[in-house]
Amino acid sequence: MSIPKVSIPADKEGVRLLSGNEAVARGAFEAGVRVASAYPGTPSTEILEELVRYEGVWAEWAPNEKVAVEVAIGASMAGVRALAAMKHVGVNVATDPIFTASYTGVGGGLVIVTADDPELHSSQNEQDNRHYAVAAKIPMLEPSDSSETKEYTRLAFELSERFDTPVFLRTTTRISHAKSVVRPGEPSGPPFPPGFKRDPAKWVMLPVNAKRRHAVVEERTRALRSFAETFEGNRIEWGDRSLGIVTAGVSYQYVKEAFPEASVLKIGLAYPLPERLIREFAAGVSRVVVVEELDPYLETHVRSLGIAAEGKERVPILGELDPRIVRQAVTGEAVPLRAPENLPPRPPNLCPGCPHRGLFFALKKLKVAVTGDIGCYTLAALPPLDSMDLCVCMGASIGAAHGFEKALGAEGPGKVVAVIGDSTFLHSGVTGLMNIVYNRGCGTVLLLDNSTTAMTGAQENPSTGKTLDGKPTHRLDLEALCRALGVEHVYVVDPHDIQKTEEVLRREVGRPEPSVVITRAPCVLLPEHRRGRKTRPTFEVAIDLCTGCKACAKFGCPAIEWAGETARINPLLCDGCNQCPPLCKFQAIRVREEKP
Amino acid sequence: MTAGRGDIFLAGVGGQGTLLASEVLGEAFLLSGYDVKKSEVHGMAQRGGAVTTHLRFGPKVYSPLIEPGKADLLISFEKIEGLRFAHYLRPGGALVVNVQEIYPPSVATGREPYPADALERLAAVTDRFFPVDALAAALSLREVRAVNMVMVGAGSRFLPLPEGAYVEALGKCLAERLVEVNVKAFRAGRALVQAEAGSSEKGGMRR
Ligand code: SF4
Ligand code: SF4
Repeated sequence: MSIPKVSIPADKEGVRLLSGNEAVARGAFEAGVRVASAYPGTPSTEILEELVRYEGVWAEWAPNEKVAVEVAIGASMAGVRALAAMKHVGVNVATDPIFTASYTGVGGGLVIVTADDPELHSSQNEQDNRHYAVAAKIPMLEPSDSSETKEYTRLAFELSERFDTPVFLRTTTRISHAKSVVRPGEPSGPPFPPGFKRDPAKWVMLPVNAKRRHAVVEERTRALRSFAETFEGNRIEWGDRSLGIVTAGVSYQYVKEAFPEASVLKIGLAYPLPERLIREFAAGVSRVVVVEELDPYLETHVRSLGIAAEGKERVPILGELDPRIVRQAVTGEAVPLRAPENLPPRPPNLCPGCPHRGLFFALKKLKVAVTGDIGCYTLAALPPLDSMDLCVCMGASIGAAHGFEKALGAEGPGKVVAVIGDSTFLHSGVTGLMNIVYNRGCGTVLLLDNSTTAMTGAQENPSTGKTLDGKPTHRLDLEALCRALGVEHVYVVDPHDIQKTEEVLRREVGRPEPSVVITRAPCVLLPEHRRGRKTRPTFEVAIDLCTGCKACAKFGCPAIEWAGETARINPLLCDGCNQCPPLCKFQAIRVREEKP
Repeated sequence: MTAGRGDIFLAGVGGQGTLLASEVLGEAFLLSGYDVKKSEVHGMAQRGGAVTTHLRFGPKVYSPLIEPGKADLLISFEKIEGLRFAHYLRPGGALVVNVQEIYPPSVATGREPYPADALERLAAVTDRFFPVDALAAALSLREVRAVNMVMVGAGSRFLPLPEGAYVEALGKCLAERLVEVNVKAFRAGRALVQAEAGSSEKGGMRR
C-alpha cells in the first residue's frame, strides 16, 4: 500500500491547525522543495511523513542523518531546493557534511531542520543546537509557533540562495509537536530554473579551494550580520520600559503570557544576532532579562556587548519552561501550587506482545553486561526487566561491547552482549560490527529485527523492503550483511520462544568468536501483526491453579495484572503472543475460552 | 470574535486515544472561530506511559502550554492520571474523570497496590468533580476504542460550544465509517454529566 499524494491539502475555510512539523512540510512545499531526506527521530519525524504526501516532492528516509544531509547537498548542487530534517542528536551524526557545506554554499536552497528536545521527552540528552550555528557559521532561524514555522521555512530557502549558505531551522518539541493556526499559502518555486552548473572551485573542497571558500564564509557572515539588523523577525515590541525581556522560539510565547505589558525583543534569527538592535533595546529599558530554554546562548551574546543582563541565575538551564516558570524566574516570587500527589509512577513500557520482552527476560538470566542502544528496547532498562547496563547514542552498543571485552583482557569474552535494533544497526552499528571482526573480538551482538523503526512510530528502513512512500524496494538482507562483514556465526531465532532464545544466547555468548543472533518477529504496531489479533487466541489465568507466586507478574507485560492474591490477564490488552504461558510452573496460564 | 477563553488539560494513558480526543476538541474550537493552541508529547505514546495534552482557546492564545494551577477543565481518562495532574487545575475548575483503572507497572507487578482511595482524593481536589464510567459507555456501544469520545462528550458539558460544533469536528477528524459510532459515544458521554447551572451554554470560561 503506497501513500496517496495530495495536491494542496488546504482547508476551504483557509486556516488549519497544524503542528510545527506539518508547518515545516507545508512551508517547504510552498517553497518548491524538490528533494527531502531524513532519519526518523522525535520530535522531527512527522516532517518527512507529511512532505511525502505532497505532489512533486521526492521525500525519503535515509539510513542516518549524515546520509540525509549528503543527499540534500547533492540535490542542492543539482540546482533544486532541498531539505534535511533530524532531531538534535541527529545533527551530531551529520556535522561532518554540514560544516563543510557551510564552505561550499549552495546551488538550490538548502535547509537543515534541527528539532531540539528540551526536557528530554524522548531523547538521551538535552543539547542546545544553537551552538552549531555559531560553530558551523550557518544562519539559524528560530520560529515561535506553527504559522511562523511555515513562513520561516519558506524564508530559509530564500536566505539560503541569497547568501549562498545552508540555513538551519531550529524547532523544539513545543514547536514541533504543538498545533496552532496556519493559513496555507500558494506554492511558488525558486526564482530560477533548476540545473547543475559545474563549479569545482566552489564544490570541491580541496585545501586550495576550501581556503578561498573560508574567506567567502567570513564575508557572508558579515553580510548576514547586517541583514539581521533589519530582518523583521528580530523585532522590538515596546511596552512597559521598566522590564525588557530578550527571548526567542517558544519562550517568546511564555513571556507574552506571563508579562503581556513588558517590552520584548523577539529574536527570530538566532545566528548571527543583531547587535545594534540588542543595544537599542537595552538602552530603552531599565532592566534586561534574557528568557531562553537550555543554555545561556542569547544571554552570553547580550552580555558580550557589555549589557548587564540577567539570565540563567534566574531562568532554569534544565528542562523546558512554561509561563509559570518564566513568571517566577523574572519576579523572583514563588507562586504556591497544589502539592503533588504521592502516586505510582507510569513510565512508558514495552507493548503487550512486544517481541523484545521475552528476549530481555532470557538475557537477564545470562548475567552478562548488556550494552544497549536507542530504540523501544531501551525501555528494558526499567524494572521489572532491568536488563541493560549502557545506552549512549545510536550504534554505540556494538563499539562499547568490544571495548568492554578488550578491557577485561583474557577474561573479556563471554562477559558482555550488545543489543541493537534493525534500524539502529543500519544507522550506525554496521561499522561497530566490522570493527569487532577486524580487531579479533569475540563479541555477541543481538540484532533485534522487528522489521520497522518502532520507537518513532513504525517507519520503514532499508531492511523493511519499503520506502517512505510505502512502495516496495530492495529488502536488505541482514544475515548476508553480517556474514559479509566477516561474522561466521549468524543465527535467527523467534524471540517469542523464550526457551529456545535463551539456549541460543547461552551458546553464542560462550563462543570465542564474533557472533550475531538475529531475533526476528514483527513489532506489534505493524498491520501484519495487528491483523492476527482477531484470530490469535489470547490468554487467561485459571484462578484455581494460580498459587500466587508472581512469576508471571515479574515479566512486566502490561496485560498481566496482580489482583492482590492471584494474577489476572487483562483481556483488552493481551496480544496473544504466547510468551507468558511457559513462565507459569503450575500451568495456570491457558488459552482464553470466550472472546472478550 | 467569539467571547471567552479557556484551558483544557487532558490526561490519560498511551493507547487510550487522548490524542484524537484533543484533535476533535481543537478542531471544534477552530471551527467556532477561536484561536487555538494545543501541545502534546508523542513519540513514545504506544507504550502505556502517561500522556497529556494542553489545549487552549481564546481570542488570542500565546503559550501552547497551560500554566499549572490555571486549567479550567481537566479531563482525565484514568483515576491515577487525574490525580497526577490535579495541580494543573485552577481553584474551582472542573474535573471529569473516567473511573477506569489501568494499572501502572508497579501495581501490575504487585509491588504496590492501586490507590484504593483514588476517588476520595479526586473528590477532594475540587467541588466540581464528575466521575464517569466511560469504559462501560463505550462497551455498551460495542466499541472499546470510543472511550475517548465518551470523555470528550462528558467534558463538553463544561465548554461553551454547542453540540453541533463537536459533531462537525468529528466529521473532520475521523474516517467516514467511524463517525457514526463516535458521535454516539460523544452523545453518551454528554448524557453522563448533568449540565451545571449556567456552565455549558454561557461561554466565558473564567480566567
Ligand atoms: S506464574 Fe502462575 S501461579 Fe505464579 S502468579 Fe503467575 S499465574 Fe499464578
Ligand atoms: S499476557 Fe501473555 S500472551 Fe498476552 S500479551 Fe502479555 S505476555 Fe503475551
